Amino acid sequence: MTPAGSLLIADDLHKAYGPTVALDGAEFSIHPGEVVAVMGPSGSGKSTLLHCLAGIVPPDSGSIVYNGREMATMSDAERSALRRSEFGFVFQFGQLVPELTCVENVALPLRLNGTSRKEAERTALTWMERLEVDDLRGKRPGEVSGGQGQRVAVARALVTSPRVLFADEPTGALDSLNGERVMDLLTDAARSTNAAVVLVTHEARVAAYSDREIVVRDGKSRDMERVV
Amino acid sequence: MSIGHTLLGLLESGPRHGYDLKRTFDEKFGHDRPLHYGQVYSTMSRLLKNGLVEVDGIEAGGGPERKRYAITDAGVTDVERWLATPEAPEPYLQSTLYTKVVLALLTHRNAADILDTQRAEHLRMMRILTDRKRRGDLADQLICDHALFHLEADLRWLELTAARLDRLAEVVAR
Repeated sequence: MTPAGSLLIADDLHKAYGPTVALDGAEFSIHPGEVVAVMGPSGSGKSTLLHCLAGIVPPDSGSIVYNGREMATMSDAERSALRRSEFGFVFQFGQLVPELTCVENVALPLRLNGTSRKEAERTALTWMERLEVDDLRGKRPGEVSGGQGQRVAVARALVTSPRVLFADEPTGALDSLNGERVMDLLTDAARSTNAAVVLVTHEARVAAYSDREIVVRDGKSRDMERVV
Repeated sequence: MSIGHTLLGLLESGPRHGYDLKRTFDEKFGHDRPLHYGQVYSTMSRLLKNGLVEVDGIEAGGGPERKRYAITDAGVTDVERWLATPEAPEPYLQSTLYTKVVLALLTHRNAADILDTQRAEHLRMMRILTDRKRRGDLADQLICDHALFHLEADLRWLELTAARLDRLAEVVAR
């Protein structure tokens, strides 16, 4: 797919950690409502690419344009606001705050944006219903299974109705059945809100939920749609 | 798949006509490849000849006569033996993909491109199967999973081979 009309476009990204080159001219683009898998072997640079795209880590050089704006020109506060309100995140482990109940965890991004507790938890519950974990509302993360916890994390990532969901190995710690359920619900929920999903995975069965994939090797990306 | 054993197994629940066997087979196992009537009748003739089924009754109608088949004791034993015998694993030792990769290296073509093209094609098929699985019932899910796991194994081989291309190129050049 061409970058025209893309929500997020990255061009010629370079990033090194000391002598280690993580990105070496990587490119990326994604449209609203599209699910793009970022694949590649361990250490290929796929997580670094996600961190750069999400504004978590600045690239050494290259351009990242989100919704028509060059991210490098944004202030730290603007990038933080973007991550809080326009981006959602799902990681492999340890995303939920153990002291909070599941519904409080899901409501947290809304609370941080200033929404009242009652309103935030009401919205959180509708997302928990979509992810089929509303019965866990009063439980703490330590009291739920890995698969359930990951669905709570997906609900939390989607509660602000982000325009881009970044998912880094979202099923990496789950067995096949739970992983599939998470992917079913995650992609259904994202598609229903027209959110773009950047899905970093090394598992082909997870990547098969995407619309297309790019492969990162040695810090270089390859759009597989242009291969066939 | 052994059509004969599958049809025999379907007869274990009670006698059936040929068309009924075909319909049940297609529903449960046919999916993209339904049986031809000819296959059903030739298979039933063979099973009859081997004493694994018998004709339980004949209905005369306006069209051709319709035989109803029943499984014999020998047929039940045959099904049981088939079910208990493990299928030979298919190790794919003569992989076309491997040949293509080595040939590409020998002729100084881009072997990584061949692997990438194949990878994209595999993932395209995996997307189709994943989509079918999401829409389908439990039987569809199991069939698609079987195919998905095999494709995934191929993909892992493609990844590993891509990571070993430089070494393979050296070995091939000797």
